[in-house]
Amino acid sequence: MNVTSIRRFQTDNGAARDAARGVRMEKSGSEKKEILLKAEGVYKEFPTGKKGQAVHAVNGVDLTIFRGETLALVGESGCGKSTLGRALIHMLPLTDGIVTYRNQVISTMSDKVFRPLRPKMQMIFQDPYASLDPRMTVRDIIAEPLVTYHVCRNREETTERVLQLMKAVGVPADFIWRYPHQFSGGQRQRIGIARAIALRPELIVCDEPVSALDVSVQSQVLNLLKDLQKKYGLTYLFIGHDLSVINFIADRVCVMFLGSVCEVAGKEDLYSRPLHPYTEFLLDAIPQPDPHRRGEKREVLSGEIPSPVNLPSGCCFRTRCPYATGLCAKERPELRAIGNRFVACHHPLKR
Amino acid sequence: MAMSEKKEKETVTKTDPEDVLELHDLKSWFYTEKGIVKAVDGVNLRIPKGKIVGLVGESGCGKSMTARSIMGLLKFPGRIAGGSILFDGKDLAKLGEKELRSICGKDISMVFQEPMTSLNPVLKVGRQVSETLLVHNPEIGREEARKRVVDMFGKVGIPEPEKRYDSYPHELSGGLRQRVCIAMAMICRPKLLIADEPTTALDVTIEAQILKLMQQLCAESGTSILIITHNLGVVAEICDEVYVMYAGRIVEQADTFELFDHVEHPYTKGLMASIPRIGKNPERLYTIPGVVPNLLHLPQGCAFCTRCPCATEQCRTEKPVLTEIREGHWSACFLNQAKSE
Repeated sequence: MNVTSIRRFQTDNGAARDAARGVRMEKSGSEKKEILLKAEGVYKEFPTGKKGQAVHAVNGVDLTIFRGETLALVGESGCGKSTLGRALIHMLPLTDGIVTYRNQVISTMSDKVFRPLRPKMQMIFQDPYASLDPRMTVRDIIAEPLVTYHVCRNREETTERVLQLMKAVGVPADFIWRYPHQFSGGQRQRIGIARAIALRPELIVCDEPVSALDVSVQSQVLNLLKDLQKKYGLTYLFIGHDLSVINFIADRVCVMFLGSVCEVAGKEDLYSRPLHPYTEFLLDAIPQPDPHRRGEKREVLSGEIPSPVNLPSGCCFRTRCPYATGLCAKERPELRAIGNRFVACHHPLKR
Repeated sequence: MAMSEKKEKETVTKTDPEDVLELHDLKSWFYTEKGIVKAVDGVNLRIPKGKIVGLVGESGCGKSMTARSIMGLLKFPGRIAGGSILFDGKDLAKLGEKELRSICGKDISMVFQEPMTSLNPVLKVGRQVSETLLVHNPEIGREEARKRVVDMFGKVGIPEPEKRYDSYPHELSGGLRQRVCIAMAMICRPKLLIADEPTTALDVTIEAQILKLMQQLCAESGTSILIITHNLGVVAEICDEVYVMYAGRIVEQADTFELFDHVEHPYTKGLMASIPRIGKNPERLYTIPGVVPNLLHLPQGCAFCTRCPCATEQCRTEKPVLTEIREGHWSACFLNQAKSE
């Protein structure tokens, strides 16, 4: 199936999608949750260099982020979770789709028009070794957004702010004139976090912030992220692949496979009762730090992720799914509501 | 008292024919301009036949250097400064390069963390695997080698092995590349396979596949595996015996079940407490305060004393020795030792 037909298919099923969205709105109304960011039908393709061929990184994703929550994006490498994270905060132009932030459509804005909104949306990167300029001191790294957006009146005030931020993330003040190579991975990640919160953002996209860290440091950074969220009322889009980390930090979880959303649900629901077969396999695959659970018969998901250049027809998970039927090959499953959660599967698991 | 017990242990292990590999007081030091970095400082380790042994620790604790020392892969300015590596009645630490080469790759083989960087990008994967086979068994000839490689590809679960023989590394996914590396390591039927973070670069579903495969191979061919990892989940999943390493030394050693059920050393306790677990939703995670110490400036006493919540004056001045505190459970901590007495 080529791109246009997929897209047409999407609009054909627009009614169903609207219904799902209606439920979402209603629910958010009853719980008085404020929608911060909303994505509708987001597509992102990258040209491969060959004519008519593209990598379909993100394929028609609908997503809502409520204010003050932590929404986790989970999936295997290459499933488009980082691309989606970047596309949502205007760091990548979309191929198709609409992203709205507090009722403002940001996906069509030019960089210039978007500029005043950038302080509200920041990012923390995966690799603390690559995301800090090795030739800048800690002070300059953290001060850069403050200087760019003219937050402070003079140098002294900027340095004062930098010191406050360093205190907030737990980097000792006397390290202010040091360079990134003088720090350990955990401390570098703290510096990256200080830079991200410097402009008092509302939404931070955390792109695998603890994947490159050791276990003992990982827990320090996760605690810090939680503390900062409470202190500054931050909203996180937490991208990760480790479901045990996500279990600790997230409120809601969105599982992605090959550019599409499989399942969106509250944390408790998702972990105790996965509806999408892929979610169940992901949960089963985590090596548990308890040798007594070794005996538990776990099914290992066979096969590998299909190429995002030539997507399988219908449901993109069907080539690895043990429950796939003819319908799965024919029709792409829409994200539909089951209770207060959403699943994109023709044959959701019944419990 | 502690010394005599340690000596006792050494005599026991030396006479044990059930071990494939024994490290006795191995010291791998790096002679840098700033001073001697004791990356591996007196490690005793034994790998029984057909067992999977885990070596756990955070980055920089010396676990990879232990593996590299066994394979003779230490790079300048590092070298083995003391101790012995007993394998098959020979001390690998004292062998020349030529002799070592005839053992490594054949009887001991290694799987690395990054499957992309450990394969040659300009050679077909089949050829790379058959090269290993031909170097150690030149008499079998190319055709036979190809047959055996295709056979091995099938065994490690590579689909269409005949076709994949002629693929280049970049044409394969990360999981398949790691399978090729495992095939390369297993092709000469080694007695010992050293796997250095074999699944760290892979996705969870692929990780589960690879771990299952390694377990199968171990059971079928009787190969022992030394698996080096920082992931306690992986250890719990497949290891029989676990060694926990911190700042170049073994701090705790026990059977996997024993270790997870009755963890003793404060460092291991901290590690176990700081991993997020599914099913438990604490408000905050436990953290080990501070950072891993610089190996150039280790504390005078126990290397962990600066981060340990229950360190005493003795911990700051004296180095604890790995001592058996219970049947089969060894710990290098004065507090554990005091408790057991």
